[in-house]
This record gives sequence, C-alpha cells and structure tokens, in this order.
Amino acid sequence: MLESFTVIRGRAVPLRGEDIDTDRILPARFMKRLTFEGLGQYLFYDERFDEGGNPKPHPLNDPKYQGATILLVEAGFGSGSSREHAPQAIKRAGFRAILGESFAEIFFGNATAIGLPCASLAPGDLAALFQAVEENPSLEVEIDLVNKEVRFGDRVAPLSIREEAREALTEGLWDPIGELLEAGELLDQFDQRLPHPRRAG
Amino acid sequence: MGRTLYDKVWEAHEVRKLRNGQSQLFIDLHLLHEVTSPQAFGMLKDLGLKVRFPHRTFATVDHIVPTHDRTEPFQDPLAQAMLEALRENTREHGIPFFDLGSGDQGIVHVIGPQLGLTQPGMTIACGDSHTSTHGAFGAVAFGIGTSQVRDVLATQTLAAKKLKVRRINVEGRLGPGVYAKDVILHIIRHLGVKGGLGYAYEYGGSTVEAMDMESRMTLCNMSIEGGARIGYVNPDETTFAYLEGRPYSPKGPEWEEAKRRWLSFRSDPDAPYDDVVTFRAEGIAPTVTWGITPGQAIPIDGRIPLLEELPEEERAVAEEALAYMGFKPGQPIQGVTVQVAFIGSCTNARLSDLREVARHLKGHRVKKGVRALVVPGSEWVAMKAEEEGIAEVFREAGFEWRMPGCSMCLAMNPDRLEGDELCASSSNRNYKGRMGSPRGRTVLMSPLMVAAAAIAGEIADAREVFGIGR
Repeated sequence: MLESFTVIRGRAVPLRGEDIDTDRILPARFMKRLTFEGLGQYLFYDERFDEGGNPKPHPLNDPKYQGATILLVEAGFGSGSSREHAPQAIKRAGFRAILGESFAEIFFGNATAIGLPCASLAPGDLAALFQAVEENPSLEVEIDLVNKEVRFGDRVAPLSIREEAREALTEGLWDPIGELLEAGELLDQFDQRLPHPRRAG
Repeated sequence: MGRTLYDKVWEAHEVRKLRNGQSQLFIDLHLLHEVTSPQAFGMLKDLGLKVRFPHRTFATVDHIVPTHDRTEPFQDPLAQAMLEALRENTREHGIPFFDLGSGDQGIVHVIGPQLGLTQPGMTIACGDSHTSTHGAFGAVAFGIGTSQVRDVLATQTLAAKKLKVRRINVEGRLGPGVYAKDVILHIIRHLGVKGGLGYAYEYGGSTVEAMDMESRMTLCNMSIEGGARIGYVNPDETTFAYLEGRPYSPKGPEWEEAKRRWLSFRSDPDAPYDDVVTFRAEGIAPTVTWGITPGQAIPIDGRIPLLEELPEEERAVAEEALAYMGFKPGQPIQGVTVQVAFIGSCTNARLSDLREVARHLKGHRVKKGVRALVVPGSEWVAMKAEEEGIAEVFREAGFEWRMPGCSMCLAMNPDRLEGDELCASSSNRNYKGRMGSPRGRTVLMSPLMVAAAAIAGEIADAREVFGIGR
C-alpha cells in the first residue's frame, strides 16, 4: 500500500530563483549510475559546492534550515531535462513536498509519480511565505492537500495543484502501475490494432 | 466541429479513463537509451514484470558515448557499466538494440526518424525531454521520467492528462542565412520559457510548410525549451517523401494505406485551438542567446537588454544571467570571444545541418585558439558525411571530426567545457553548468552561426562571415 499525502507539516527552506532547471537541481555528471541510490548528496551540487568541493553560501547549506522538509521555490521550477534523477535527489535529500508558483510539466509528473507533491501558491501568498520563512526559519508550515490550503503563522493561503495529481496523492494512488496493469487484455487489443514499426528484409 | 491532430491521435490511443480522471494512453513506439532506463528495468525486476510489447521498443546508446575513442572498455568505468546494463537489459527482454558499430547507433532522436521508426499519428515516448523532436512527423511524442519508462515497459501505456493546444503560425519567407533554429529561438524569446506550460505546440503557416523535415525536427525539438511538452507539424507530402524507403517505413501496398491513414490525422481546417499566435518570417534574424535560459535570446545584430527594458518578472533571472555570463547590459553580442565551437546534439547534428555548414565553410579556417568540434548525430550521418566529402571540409577547416553521440550538449561523456570557457553551440540548452563545467558558458545558435563563430573567434553574423545574401 502506498503512502497517502493529506497534510504535510514541517519547516521550509527558501530557494529563490525563477526557471531553475533540472541541470541545476542535479548536474548531468551525477546521472552516471545505475540506480537512484545516494542522489540526495548531489542535490544542487554546483550551487552548494565550489570546484574544490568546499561548501558555498546556499540555503541548503545554511544550518538554520537544516532538517527542513519542504522546499520553497519560485516560478518555472524543474524546466529542461526529463531526468527523474532531479525529483529523486530532492526526495532522497529528505524533502516531502515542494511549494512554488509553477512547475515544468515533466518535472511535475515525475515528482508526483514518486510521491513528492508539488503545490502552487498565488504569487502574493508565496512571497509572504518566503518572507515569513526567511524571518523565522523555525516556522511550521502545513500543506493540507485535502482542504487545498497552506497554513503558516496566522495565515491561510489557498493552494492549487492539478486535481488528478491531488487525488492520486491523497488517496495513495500516485504510482499508477497497478491500475495500468489492470487493463490486461485491452492492451493486446490496442497492440493488434495499432501499427508498429517493422524492418523490411 | 473539427479536431486537431493532437485530439485525433489522443482519441485513437486512449485505452480507458483512470479512476483519477487521467487517461491510460497506449504508446506506439518506446525509445530507450542508457541513462534513464537502467533504474526502470530494475523496478520492473522488483515487480516481477516483463516488457509487454518488445516489438514496440527500440534502444540505442548516446549520452555517455565517448566521441574520440570508443574502444571498450571505456576509460570511464561508469559509462561502460551503463552501456553494458543496456546491452544486458535489451538482450534479456528481446528488445532491438542499435549498438556501437551497428551502423544504426546515434542520438535517439536522430535515429528514430532516420530509420523510419518515427511515423505520423503515433504516440512516442522516451526518457528524454527532446522526444518532442518526433512531433515533426505529426506524431504525439513526449519525454518521460524513469518511473514512466517502467510503466511503458510493463504495459505499453502511460497515465496522462490531455494538454491544451496552441497553434503557432510562422508566415512568409526566411531570409538567407536564417534557419529553423533561429525560428524556434525567436518563438521562445517571444513566448517565454514558461509560455508553453500546459500546452502542446502545433506549428504551421507557410514558413513551416516550406521547411524540410530536418528543419521541422529542429523546431519541434526545442518545444520543450519553450515550456511545451510536445510540438508537432501536420504530416504532408514532405513528410511522406522523407519516410519513403526508410528501413522501418511501411512497404509495398502497406505504404499507400499508411499514407491515407497518416493524412487522416491532420488537424481539420476548422479545428479549435486554445490559443493562436502568428510570427512573420521576415522579422526573424539569426538569433543567439545571451543568458542562462533559451528564452534570453536576441538577434545577432542586437544588444543585450538593459534591465529596465525587461518586464519586471524577468529582471531577477536577467541579473543572474549577466553575472554568470560576464556580460554588461546594453553590450552588443557580436564580438564576444569564444573559446569553443560545438556543432552537434539532437537539435542540429543531422546530415542537412552538416551539408549546409560545409557548403559555406570551404576555404575558411577555424581561428587559432578556438577548439571546434563536429559531432554527427548518428553513425549513418557520419558515414554519409564522409562519403559526400563533408567530413573532409570540416577537417580541412580545422574542426575536430568526432564520432556520434550527445557529447558536450550535456557533457556526460569526456567532451566538456573547462573553467569559464564560452562555447558557441548548436545544442538546445544554455543552462548554468550544462556543458560540464560549473562555470562554463553556452551561447546557442544555428550550426552555420557556430561555424562563423569558430572562424571569427568571436560571436559573429554568419551572413557577413560567409558573404550570404548581402
């Protein structure tokens, strides 16, 4: 049985910047591997470490945000490559959800399919949340996927997330493989009906 | 009411509705490569599942392949392990594999069309965002993550949600020295890198209709850089002429039947679109990027924008871009020194790209101090280029002629930028660190513009360097 995501509580780490692409989230050279194991340590590697491997100033290196489980981002997060390695790295670094203004299509799908909810806030609410977290890193943030709201301090902000993704997450149906397999013989019918490439000779 | 190609292909492939309202979509063609598939095969094994329809699955190796010396074992044991994992997985599951030296190996988005695997009206998926390339044939083709690669291997289907469709018309004639690459950079510059979120892009209009297939592939390839998951062009006689006689194309009586079927997928004249945008071809100049997203682009004779000229929401990324690239607002892009020139990638490493550059390159020399590489998109492209004398033109001009692969587009092989080198590149992404150095800088442009930069040693207008149309 898969985990259901209804209310996610935790502290957040604010990561500013628009159009952050998956090459920045997980540089390509760390994809040279046969599994997703251990990817968490390479999250935002080139922004967190210099060429000698020494830490650079970055919210993810900042002691005051250690242990945060919610990643706070801006607009267009996860653009670029389809690499699932990017959301895998975020999840394996200990994050349980991402809040932002908007997400790239493939990134959103990949994250949802591995049980990493990506929810959107209106720009004003998101700015208020960034400010609140930067002022008070120990602030508790609640993402309520059932009532579709984010609560922090004395503020309640409506969240948006594609409805089918929200349902999949709250009902523990975010990994579709079981349901896809249920199609059974229907799959053979489609295979027989639809042409497929064949090499001549 | 008419329907778009997207609607028709979707309806023909919708197996059923899922409980959460998504569709279960049948995938006609699944393409695999070595980077995003090993984990998927691992998941399959954990679930005790097999590849459901191996005859709809094809694999090649492209991302990690060295382009200088492909002797095995590779110097990089991780790269070798990825190649061997794919060999083993395809052997175990009976999947055709276009291995190194088979004559068919190459960048997955180059070989699909080249072999005739890519056909109109198909749904195509691959664990790579540039799968949008195959839309040039009137296929609905999109990039997927590894968990979805597992889903397609196990069921030949995906859980998917329908997109909106934006029709992008490009009308008129492109000027000499202006190519599909310039068109797509121009489109992304105007619609933005987030402009396509939630949309499929349908490209049309007289400019697109006049384009050859490989230009259409370039256009569709970069749909993803504009935020759209897919891009496509309606199939027509140009499409059929390209496909006829290819190894996997239908033959004999099946050919005529296939053409009729393919035509039936074309968008109806009265098909409704969620949005329509029109561009004029005459207004498009050779276009280059100046920043760290493909939308940060300007005409070659333009200047890097002043922050106050940009919409407020674009200024923060622009500032970050200026700092990273080391450029000043208001500075002309022409004349910026380049250290590296790269012609390659799934956007622009096809035979027509290399032919077009070679046609102008004869008699020119790469500027001393510039490292210039040509990486053909496939073994077939490389072979044809040798036969036609194109490879020799590049070599004589001082380019390194390499073996096929993705190469420094994402630098998972030994080809990469060093330090803060600036690279004139025919690839698709100018993200920070994209070409392998965390400080490396990429300026995107057409292959001919890359050649011009290599010769001039600086970012230059190919029309001036090669005396085109002026």
